[in-house]
Amino acid sequence: MTSYTEKIQEAAKRLLKEGKVDMVIGFRRGSVPMMNQPHYVKSAEEAEALIWDSHCGLNLANYLTDREDKVGIVAKGCDSRNIANHIVENKINREQVYIIGVPCTGMVDRHKLPKMVEGDIIEVAEDGDAITVKTVNGDTKNFNKADVLQQNCADCSHRNPVIYDEMIADPVEEQTDTDMFASVREIEAMSPDEKWDYFEDLISSCIRCYACRNACPLCYCPLCFVDESDPQWVGKSQDPIDVRTFHWLRAYHCAGRCTDCGACERVCPMGIKIREFTKKLNKDCYELYGWEAGLTTEERPPLDTYRPNDPEDFIK
Amino acid sequence: MKIVQIDKSQWTSGIEKLKEAYRVFAPVKNDLFHDFKALEKDEAPDFNFQNTRLSPKSIVYPQSEILFRYSLDRESEEYGILKEDVKEKTPKAVIGIRPCDAYSFILVKRNFDTPEYKDPYWLEEYQKSTFIGMACNNPHPTCFCTSAGSGPFNEEGLDALVVDDGDHYLGKLLTEKGEKLFSAAGWTTEAEASAESRIEELKAEAESKMTSRVGTDNLKNQKMLDLYEAPFWEEIAFSCINCGTCTYVCPTCWCFDIQDETSGKSGVRIRNWDSCMFPLFTLHASGHNPRGNKVDRVRQRFMHKLKYYVDKYDNGIQCTGCGRCVRMCPVNIDIRRVCNMMNSYDPESCVCEVTSA
Amino acid sequence: MQNPYYPYPVRIDEIFTETEDKTLKTFKFVFLDPEDEERFAYQPGQFAELSIPGMGEIPIGIASSPTEKGFVKFTVFKTGKVTNYLHSMKEGDIMGIRGPLGNAFPWETLEGKNIVIIGGGFAFTTLRSSIVHMIDPANREKFKDIHVIYGARSPGMLLYKDELESWAEREDLNMHITVDGTDDPDWKHHTGFVPAVTEQESPNADDDTYAIVCGPPIMIKFTQPVLDNLGFKHDHILMSLENRMKCGIGMCGHCNIGEKLVCKDGPVFTLAQLNEMPKEY
Repeated sequence: MTSYTEKIQEAAKRLLKEGKVDMVIGFRRGSVPMMNQPHYVKSAEEAEALIWDSHCGLNLANYLTDREDKVGIVAKGCDSRNIANHIVENKINREQVYIIGVPCTGMVDRHKLPKMVEGDIIEVAEDGDAITVKTVNGDTKNFNKADVLQQNCADCSHRNPVIYDEMIADPVEEQTDTDMFASVREIEAMSPDEKWDYFEDLISSCIRCYACRNACPLCYCPLCFVDESDPQWVGKSQDPIDVRTFHWLRAYHCAGRCTDCGACERVCPMGIKIREFTKKLNKDCYELYGWEAGLTTEERPPLDTYRPNDPEDFIK
Repeated sequence: MKIVQIDKSQWTSGIEKLKEAYRVFAPVKNDLFHDFKALEKDEAPDFNFQNTRLSPKSIVYPQSEILFRYSLDRESEEYGILKEDVKEKTPKAVIGIRPCDAYSFILVKRNFDTPEYKDPYWLEEYQKSTFIGMACNNPHPTCFCTSAGSGPFNEEGLDALVVDDGDHYLGKLLTEKGEKLFSAAGWTTEAEASAESRIEELKAEAESKMTSRVGTDNLKNQKMLDLYEAPFWEEIAFSCINCGTCTYVCPTCWCFDIQDETSGKSGVRIRNWDSCMFPLFTLHASGHNPRGNKVDRVRQRFMHKLKYYVDKYDNGIQCTGCGRCVRMCPVNIDIRRVCNMMNSYDPESCVCEVTSA
Repeated sequence: MQNPYYPYPVRIDEIFTETEDKTLKTFKFVFLDPEDEERFAYQPGQFAELSIPGMGEIPIGIASSPTEKGFVKFTVFKTGKVTNYLHSMKEGDIMGIRGPLGNAFPWETLEGKNIVIIGGGFAFTTLRSSIVHMIDPANREKFKDIHVIYGARSPGMLLYKDELESWAEREDLNMHITVDGTDDPDWKHHTGFVPAVTEQESPNADDDTYAIVCGPPIMIKFTQPVLDNLGFKHDHILMSLENRMKCGIGMCGHCNIGEKLVCKDGPVFTLAQLNEMPKEY
């Protein structure tokens, strides 16, 4: 995907020169391995800083809400679905965004890769699907990208942008034999006690930094429920009850809206697998309402609307 | 200065022995990362690490700490009276702390120990802790302690400095507390006369391996309002998502919030780490928020660490170069880059040095 | 080690509703331990943290003057979680006070000077403390001319109404009370905004005249040019800032503006100092 860099730069320069947008939001080269920094450029010259590779896992749609200017934005499959979501939820107008669509072959899992090598990583290079990792002791190890992908990328069935103004490359083949909900089914099969222990363990290291919430494009409430003080719904310490309340309620607020972009897991400093909560709710929406978030700007999410033939077997 | 030699087996057995008199905190591997933990009996530490993920500040200054307890039982005599929470008295031994983290306690102490007020919670925990440092033979690419007033073999804030010399450790005793702990652990074999120069040799080697250098020499001379009004803050702040990761992993960040949490008829007054990155940090009850914009908050963090603290205490920046915020920031905002920009900023030409890191 | 987070226990002795919309009440506190009152020795301009176990703490300016013995008074505006609860408390209830905190007005410097006090709305509380302190027989000679300009939205929103009337009758005090507007035909004081009344009634400034300004940001913004025209130098204008506070003792970091902490280096700052600080207030 590194060949996309030139195309993205070219598109950005063109849009800025033609005055079609006030700025273009993309990524610039990070200062540590496996990280790139969200960045905006306002001139053709500055556009030379934009890059694209397999470490662009953050969701740039997060920077779009409530903007008043016209922006160009580099969007992969999941990002574009979040942009569609934003449009449906009135957080930005379609006319304000110029979407530079990027067909995506997945992002490297920055929590998983360090476990597969000895010693600290000082460089990760890529050439097509070949990933080469250099560590601080001078060793080099090669991987196939498929073996080091983020889990949501491995399961992804919407790699091509669903909404765009131009695509900088030909669409990639969609993966059709993936099972997004395999891990959810494993947890569903557990006994209640086992489930409780599983989730206790999952969030036991949470430090309440709110990186997951802040990196998520869906979380744009002016005052989050955890910050409300009158009444105060959730405590601010690491009391397990408060930690659970935060994660579970946040997941519910994302139900029917989450595109499984994986930004939450990527940003968590403690490496918590936060998608285990949202994936269950995505599965329910898929099975009950046939809904996958962000695929269209013509329909509203199921928890937002009522249809006479909505399944109701949970009302007893 | 006394230097002892400790065989690697003596080191392990000594740490186990220390558990009799101290609560021993040492790095323990947890999945991918190391973190400081209070060792259980027979639990062994793991020193095969560069630095812990979270800083050891939580040993002295826990993320959540009960200040007082109170009763809201109107029948009780104690109704509405705050009672100080009783803390454990056992002294703490912090083994394997890196010099940058030990130095960070000195920087933080300036906040909690002032002529007018002393924070009894922080000070008592700090005073009952003995810090045995582990020198860094192999700094990480993101380490810049030598630019921040510290160094891989720095001794400030330590009661003893332990240096890994291959098949044994060399322990440099720096204070009485350090000597007392070494006695209790049985680490009393005096090292050879060449030990001191050997340590200097390893120190020079480690310092030469530092790849990250950050300019801090001009921060004091810069005019505060010039830096405050510099044009580069918009660009620096753009990617920030205002989570609290940088402030929580930083050993020199100390801001906290005090809340009362009641359950039924009793409750606690608890203090929790807070972060200037959170929008609510400066929100007034009236709704007015002096730092309502993300740019204001991001600017505040860097100005506080790299300028306000420099001006207030005239003793360097409020940063020890541990590199945790660089490694952990989810959007890769790099303090080394920002510091270079602030240090080299020329208000006349509005030009500053922009490096990749 | 003394614990600066520990409040002195106090009892609510009296509650007085100051304003017609009931949003401001003055609480009179008596220390449960009389020795605590001595330990709480304060100066006008300082504040204290009012502490209610189960609810939290709030930083409020001290409205009583150290010349008033046996109690301390605070005037509190009902706006958030803790203040709402405080407003519902009864005489006889027990709570806590931590303090005195902050720096006071610079009384040593102000001795022998003319003082012009300009206050708006419910920021007048520490100004009451200052006025009562200055006009106390033991202190009045220490100061030269005293002018007070105090305004509120309407007559019903003025604080300390009885005292204001008695002060207006004093020879040794130039009292100028104003309201933004009123329907009351018997209203005998000024009508108009505080900056306008200041322009009319304040003496011109000289080296021996200091201004103390406390009020909402909008009042301060429009009073500033008036004071400049009158010739007040910026280091002769004293202001009392508000900011989000938690500990009140300079440790939690919430109230910093630049390198200054409003709870410890302030809340009183000269305008000259504020000009050197970032505008984050």
